[in-house]
Amino acid sequence: MTGEASLAASSAGDVPLVELRAIRKSFGDLVANDGVDLTLRQGEVHALLGENGAGKTTLMRILYGLTRADRGEILIDGAPTTITSPRDAIRNGIGMVTQHFSLVKPMTVTENVMLSGAGLGPIDLGAARKKVLAAADRLGVTIDPDARVGRLSVGEQQRVEILKALYHDCRVLILDEPTAVLVPQDVQALFTTIRRITSQGLGVLFISHKLREVTSVSDRVSVLRRGRVIDTIDATGVEPRHLAELMVGRPTLGVERESAVASVAAARPVLDVAHLTVAGRGRNAVDDVTLQVHAGEIVGIAGVSGNGQRQLVDVLCGIERPADGRVRVDGRDVTGGGPQEMIAAGLGRIHEDRQGTLLTDLSVEQNLVFEHLAEFRRGPFLDRRRMRDYAENVIRRFDIKAQPTDTVASLSGGNVQKVLLARVLTREPKVVVVAQPTRGLDVGAAEYVHRQLLDLRKVGTGVLLVSEDLEELLALCDRLVVLFEGRVTGELAAADATPEGLGLLMTGAAA
Amino acid sequence: MIRLVLRSREPRWLAPLLICCAIAITYLLTAGPIRWAGANPMAAYRRYVIWPLTSGDSLGEVLLTSTPLLFTGLAVAIAFRAGFYNIGAEGQFLAGAIAATWAGTTFDGLPAPVAIPFALAAGAVAGALWILVPALLRVGFRIDEVVTTLLLNPVALLCVQGLLNGPWRNPVNQFPESAYIGSGYNFPKIIPGTRVHLGFAVALGLAALAWLVLARTATGLRLRAVGLTSAGARFNGVSVERTMLSSALVSGAIAGMGGVSQVCGLQGQLTGEISAGFGYTGIVVATLAALTPIGVVLVALLLGDIVVGADSASLVLQLPPQMGQVVTATLLLVTVGILVLRRYRPVLSRRRKAAATMARVASREEVLR
Repeated sequence: MTGEASLAASSAGDVPLVELRAIRKSFGDLVANDGVDLTLRQGEVHALLGENGAGKTTLMRILYGLTRADRGEILIDGAPTTITSPRDAIRNGIGMVTQHFSLVKPMTVTENVMLSGAGLGPIDLGAARKKVLAAADRLGVTIDPDARVGRLSVGEQQRVEILKALYHDCRVLILDEPTAVLVPQDVQALFTTIRRITSQGLGVLFISHKLREVTSVSDRVSVLRRGRVIDTIDATGVEPRHLAELMVGRPTLGVERESAVASVAAARPVLDVAHLTVAGRGRNAVDDVTLQVHAGEIVGIAGVSGNGQRQLVDVLCGIERPADGRVRVDGRDVTGGGPQEMIAAGLGRIHEDRQGTLLTDLSVEQNLVFEHLAEFRRGPFLDRRRMRDYAENVIRRFDIKAQPTDTVASLSGGNVQKVLLARVLTREPKVVVVAQPTRGLDVGAAEYVHRQLLDLRKVGTGVLLVSEDLEELLALCDRLVVLFEGRVTGELAAADATPEGLGLLMTGAAA
Repeated sequence: MIRLVLRSREPRWLAPLLICCAIAITYLLTAGPIRWAGANPMAAYRRYVIWPLTSGDSLGEVLLTSTPLLFTGLAVAIAFRAGFYNIGAEGQFLAGAIAATWAGTTFDGLPAPVAIPFALAAGAVAGALWILVPALLRVGFRIDEVVTTLLLNPVALLCVQGLLNGPWRNPVNQFPESAYIGSGYNFPKIIPGTRVHLGFAVALGLAALAWLVLARTATGLRLRAVGLTSAGARFNGVSVERTMLSSALVSGAIAGMGGVSQVCGLQGQLTGEISAGFGYTGIVVATLAALTPIGVVLVALLLGDIVVGADSASLVLQLPPQMGQVVTATLLLVTVGILVLRRYRPVLSRRRKAAATMARVASREEVLR
């Protein structure tokens, strides 16, 4: 195939390896890709840059046959091609390494690599082993073909995934956020591997939202925002600031907000996090984070996903124990407390994993009363009349479109979020920790959530808002704290924040 | 094209209707084999289901036959409800039987008001002990309880046989059967003229208690939450481990009391055949009952009905006695299959519309992930 590739390379130039034309894909009301055009040339690394939910992964899943586009065309070597399954994609020379590896851990490297292509009948393990070694040689990496995959490091497992793609003679390699799981040394090794691959005429599509990586490894960058390609530019000599601005856009959120409480700093802190550290793989997931939320203040946590927000929220929700540091809610030390302690201290919890934090197979009514069942006791039994009255009341107040007996699993995303909000707000918490509250919600539901958060602020509740949506943060928050790789890289008043500045802090470029 | 759509709520009439459908389908499926075996299916069914209910004698036998199934069905249902898949009711039942025999032969002079509670308590403790290790392994180390509870069943049976061939061999006739338990331990008959004993009433009482706890108390709601969505329960401050452990122990205790009931209510001694697979049939009972205590009572009675009817059918219609089991097994498979419709609504749709709905469902899944 190397001969073939160099042959193609000599005649290259005009015909791109892959061309996507006007790809559109919607999930219900959500448009993930909205007329996307993209070309991949031979021997180039083409980065797809964008925030979470910008449509990068959906686009690549379409190219690899994991998802079908509603409209649009895929051209390979200039010829229109239909790709309906990964099998089609592999046959057309496309390989993909997803964020979650699809490796069989108890099997060896060779077995894993040949597994995907093996048909019926006898297999020649010896020949396969040689082919794996040859592919590894081409990659310029050393790997033991007989090692059990489960024993390998994450970086090595990723290499096995790449080998798997090369084993099928792929000419286009899609890497979906390949560096998200890697430690810095492995990132360098991966970049070396990528350059080696492209020098042999292959094209690499590289999904990322880290600016520094994008500028250091890619030849061209396409920036996606809200399902559209905003721009495709040459990566050489590009300003990270320019990319950040393209990626984030300008705040356009139309939420009316009253001016900040006169002297927030003088108000008492309702949430006080000091030197919080949470252990993670390789490095600390949360590393010495100190922050405060005062009564009547909305503090935003900005950051690209996977930079410690989830673990920070988990600790505050009482489902993860910190390795070090202290958490106080309204002056009460609740460090290392479980859900009950957190709730009792006056902390409301709205986790980003909505399905995992609700009792999805129980009814709306049961979910609404579950955190304070003791209050609905009559003797040894539950007072069902009072539970029903309470639930009906809450459903009316929060405008939840459901019956008390409906299971939560059957509700729409917006209504699920309303149930979560209702559950928290009816307890009149001192501070609310809310993560990704509008992810996946339609405009109306998102607006509803925003209004609820601003109402909380008005009545003097503190809000810690974790979000990947910068527009949301800039529109709602009084202060912003930026996390990168588990550390606070910046803290600033929302009025002073610009998308570009935040983008740089979030991607570690200004650290 | 028929597709299944998640129901938002289950209508009250649905479960009974589905059970009726399941019975009708079972009839259609088993009519062939019954005819093949040389009997008229209608007559066979009348024998299986209707005939046992027509006389006082056979009705008593139905209640008697369903008694051990009430215990084991209830035991399995309670554990399954908390997400603990106790396949070991058989072993816990035997452990309870051993304990009752030990109590009844060691302290054989006790009067009934003391002896009966003592035997039940001993059986409950023995059953709970028999499930303790699998339960601890499950909550402590996530070791699959299906395997461990199942593997302890033959261990319990070997213990019974070892005792009966060794220290407990009948001193009078040297048969591998224990001596008879003290007279104070014999459960009184509760329906004159039949063999229906106190065990039946105890089982009904336990079923009523289980229903109250599961449907009407905070504990029951927490237990159901653990079984249905353990991650959600944990987030809401429920100790998943403690809930699972305690419901496993209660499950073992109830199965153990079933063993006591069989020794003290019917046999009066321990024999190698003290359990005719009651623990395993308990899984069938609990599953058919959709894990509800009321359902367990109804299904145990139905299975008792079919067992008594099958005995009679083999005499009168010359049907092989296994045909009763064929009917029960078919009923189980059909019911388990059809109960999917409790959660999902079948929708008849054209292809394009189906694709749109599918996309909507997919989008909801992706968005909420």
